[in-house]
Amino acid sequence: MHQTGPAARLCRAALIALCAPALLTLSLALTACSEVSNNPHPLGSEKTNTIFAPFRERSPKYLDPTSSYSNDETPVTYQVYEPLYGYHYLKRPYELIGKTAEEIAKPRYLDKDGKELPDDAPGESIAETVLDIKIKPGIRYAPHPAFAKDAQGAYVYHNMKREDVADKYKVTDFKQTGTRELTADDYVYGIRRLATPRIKSPSYSTMADYIVGLKEYGDKMVEIDKALRKDLDPTDRDLPMLDFRNYPFVGAEAIDKNTLRIRVKGKYPQFKYWLAMTFFSPIPWEAEKFYAQPGMAGKNLTMNYWPVGTGPYMLTDYIENRRHVLERNPNYHGETYPCEGEPGDKEKGYLVDCGKPLPFADKVVFDMEKEGVPLQAKFMQGYYDTPAIERLDLGTTFIVAMGDDAKKEKEYKEKGIQLPTTVEANNWYIGFNWLDPVVGKGATPEQALRNRKLRQALSIAIDWEEHIAIFERGQGVAAQGPLPPSLFGYRNDGPSAFNPVVYTKGPDGKPVRRSLDEAKRLLAEAGYPDGRDAVTGKPLVLNFDYQSSATPAVKALLDWYVKQFAKIGVQLEVRATDYNRFQDKITKGSVQIFFWGWLADYPDAENFLFMLYGPNAKALTNGNGENNANYQNAEFDKLYEKMKFLDDGPEKQKLIDEMITIVQNDAVWSFGYFPTSAAAYHQWITNGKPTQIVRNHISYLHLHPELRATLLEQWNRPVWWPVPLILIALIIAVVPAWFAWRRRERETAARTPATVSATT
Amino acid sequence: MINYIIRRIGYGILILIGVNLFTFALFFTVNTPDDMARMNIGGKRVTQDAIEKWKVERGYNKPLLWNAQKPGMEKVTDTIFFERSAQLFAFQFGSSDSGRDIGYELRQRVGPSIALAIPTFILGVFVVIVFSLLMVFFRSTYLEFWGVTFAVFLLSISGLFYIIVGQFLFSKVLKLVPISGFAGGWDLFVFLALPIVIGIVSRLGGEALFYRTMFLEEVGKDYVRTARSKGLSETVVLFRHVLRNALLPILTSTVAVLPLLFLGALIMESFFGIPGLGSYTIDAINAQDFAVVRSMVFVGSALYIVGLILTDISYTVADPRIRLS
Repeated sequence: MHQTGPAARLCRAALIALCAPALLTLSLALTACSEVSNNPHPLGSEKTNTIFAPFRERSPKYLDPTSSYSNDETPVTYQVYEPLYGYHYLKRPYELIGKTAEEIAKPRYLDKDGKELPDDAPGESIAETVLDIKIKPGIRYAPHPAFAKDAQGAYVYHNMKREDVADKYKVTDFKQTGTRELTADDYVYGIRRLATPRIKSPSYSTMADYIVGLKEYGDKMVEIDKALRKDLDPTDRDLPMLDFRNYPFVGAEAIDKNTLRIRVKGKYPQFKYWLAMTFFSPIPWEAEKFYAQPGMAGKNLTMNYWPVGTGPYMLTDYIENRRHVLERNPNYHGETYPCEGEPGDKEKGYLVDCGKPLPFADKVVFDMEKEGVPLQAKFMQGYYDTPAIERLDLGTTFIVAMGDDAKKEKEYKEKGIQLPTTVEANNWYIGFNWLDPVVGKGATPEQALRNRKLRQALSIAIDWEEHIAIFERGQGVAAQGPLPPSLFGYRNDGPSAFNPVVYTKGPDGKPVRRSLDEAKRLLAEAGYPDGRDAVTGKPLVLNFDYQSSATPAVKALLDWYVKQFAKIGVQLEVRATDYNRFQDKITKGSVQIFFWGWLADYPDAENFLFMLYGPNAKALTNGNGENNANYQNAEFDKLYEKMKFLDDGPEKQKLIDEMITIVQNDAVWSFGYFPTSAAAYHQWITNGKPTQIVRNHISYLHLHPELRATLLEQWNRPVWWPVPLILIALIIAVVPAWFAWRRRERETAARTPATVSATT
Repeated sequence: MINYIIRRIGYGILILIGVNLFTFALFFTVNTPDDMARMNIGGKRVTQDAIEKWKVERGYNKPLLWNAQKPGMEKVTDTIFFERSAQLFAFQFGSSDSGRDIGYELRQRVGPSIALAIPTFILGVFVVIVFSLLMVFFRSTYLEFWGVTFAVFLLSISGLFYIIVGQFLFSKVLKLVPISGFAGGWDLFVFLALPIVIGIVSRLGGEALFYRTMFLEEVGKDYVRTARSKGLSETVVLFRHVLRNALLPILTSTVAVLPLLFLGALIMESFFGIPGLGSYTIDAINAQDFAVVRSMVFVGSALYIVGLILTDISYTVADPRIRLS
């Protein structure tokens, strides 16, 4: 008896150890005895009207509309907040329409004496533009504790002490909520708040140049904030409310409950696009007051994490780097799906939901997905309705994969994955630093000419068509100038579609890159025959700054750049660094050649051409401008100043053409390429028109949960037969051990010592 | 023994200060406060003013280690290092550089980390001991040969490979478990089954070989022969005598990994989308959030020191001959 107890235990232990994986698998099978067992979402959720989408890397950093300026924040911010204007969901070129505003306000122009000017007055004569924007009545905020009132009409949560919020970590921990109607004052508050010294306000510096009095207002608010904080430590986070209601300024006023007046310096037609961005969201003072209470900031209870808005959705859960949940705003004001779009939309089925109320989905759940492999797998299993809701690059990856692999093409087609494509206002280019003595402007006219020829030679040598073929897998268009095809100003028969410095016209009229001989000739004329300095005989070595470190994936790309320059005998020294260092160098102007890109803020040529406007030079404005190449050309600047005042039309087109010709000739950029973008949706999502400009697109997505549930079941039927097989295999492995053990236990003592001595 | 423990805790505090200083030096050798500000502010149009303001609000505008402008002790105390480190010793982690409450985050994330790490640890130790004891039991037979071969095979494969193959096989091909994710309640088991099995399998090979060596060393000793001569079965000999005598090195290697239970398995959490402390640390490093990195390193070293003291104490339990002095 004494011997069998431990023996049995050993046997059981051995069995459990060997069978552990199989037992676990078996238990899993039992716990998940429904049709599918690999569903990462709660069982049954696939049948609900909930969109599931992943987010990458980390949670959005800023959900406060004053601070938010990053693509990954838009799936939340543009669904929760409503700026005054928005873009028509279907029409292309993009058309601005009123969101909370009844319509796009017609600007009134005033001269310096305040007299009204006609609409066609020259831009220089206009001292001020006045926008009187009518706001739709009856719009109400989503339920939020900041609005909660008791029976006496007093705010429930406006006078809390630190201990009252001790156990509160989410805005949903406050049980009572309320709402109120949106007024013009909320927009006034939001515009005043752009000048806040308390939080990041990336649009302030630009807006201070345009909104009347905003700059002075910002300076005043800095002083007021200092006074409010005078007895506090700079690192203190519980600050008294900076109540912008008490500090008016003339640039933004509420004429009445539903009329907002904004005064803009001079003429700035692009201002209307800013009004479609979340910087111009309404901010209810109640929310500011609510979040300014002691203990809130330390608990992350701020507008940066818990936004308050009138949009189709409200944020109901925020678990950092794990999950965000948007739920339908029950007070949403009943916008409907559009009934017209661009030609072809009807055939693509984008008009089927004409006139139906928005939003379609009740809930949107964003789950963190750090690694690409699980993300792709879950999308293919149908557990994500889209692999990226705010970006259009993953769709392109799917298209590339289909081209590479017939099996994948078959799978995607069988699963009915939709990959609609578009070319968006987005570019990648190589810039030459204008401040650099070798590739820049040049100190003397002779030097300037030589440097220009060098840049032109390099522009010819860098074969962007090859780059697109290799690194973008054909998903892109080589750029002829700085302007992408989707914007006004780009025309197929103009300089924006043909760069004569780098290309010639082929027999079919299409651009053909000039030969390397021409590049070499230009290089020789620049003073570097065969890539060597004609005077010193030393080889020409140029420095190329790249914005991420040389990982194996990047290495191939960097080698490609070296090869491009080597084709005409120029040596390229690559300085690959992390993005921070790269930005630092760009700000200081200590780069020679660099690679960078731009995603437009709004669909206007000005938003690309301003990157070449002299006064915006990054190194000359201490990093505040976006002219990364520090390009200076008086003629270009003059044209730009004229162009920025103009509305879209022939005159603006003419100026754009002239500006493009100038930069093509100066070759300050090697214009790179415009990537093709593609959305990716499962077949149960309809209305998924690809866009990177329309940011409130989630409310337009129509989910068909019944179809999803049916297909998920078909696609994810668990395969059980290997489970008993694994068990049998393990038993087969254990049985000989069992017999051996039995034999060893029964062995006589005579053999044991011999075995031991043999092993030791 | 109490004197010994007090002395060890004293050393521990010194080690903590050293680790803190070292982390600080390493972090600020690679990053400047300006880098951190730019990274944390993020997005387009970040002005120098915004960077300066960010630094002032978080105290990163001060000198790193020595403030020559200040009088007396303030030369040391009015620095980034002192202000940011002193509070850690009271386990006050403060706010992350992005403004979030680190203590709250730690409390939220320790659960998922432990839910993954404890079963992996306990089941792992159990499976490894049983497997290695079986190899010793069947020594000099074909079973031992194949056991060792199997262990070497497991040892030779990267942990990452197990994850990828496991996800591919059980989630994509067989569709038995979710490929990644996390949920509470009963669903927890569904999400953790695969990472736990992979966690056990990936460490089985190396540790089984190590334990086998320990057991083989013991099995040839005189007391084992005595036990056998008394007529005890091989099972009793192995489990009762050999295992207890081979415990010391096993304890050293197991108790010392206790901090990992709390700090989480970095890769595992990342691949399986488990919101634990490991992924918190990785996120903080990527975001250059010094406040979080420093807190996590501090917690890690404190736990490690506690783990080592516990190891010493466990020696006295495992082997009564050992006296701590």
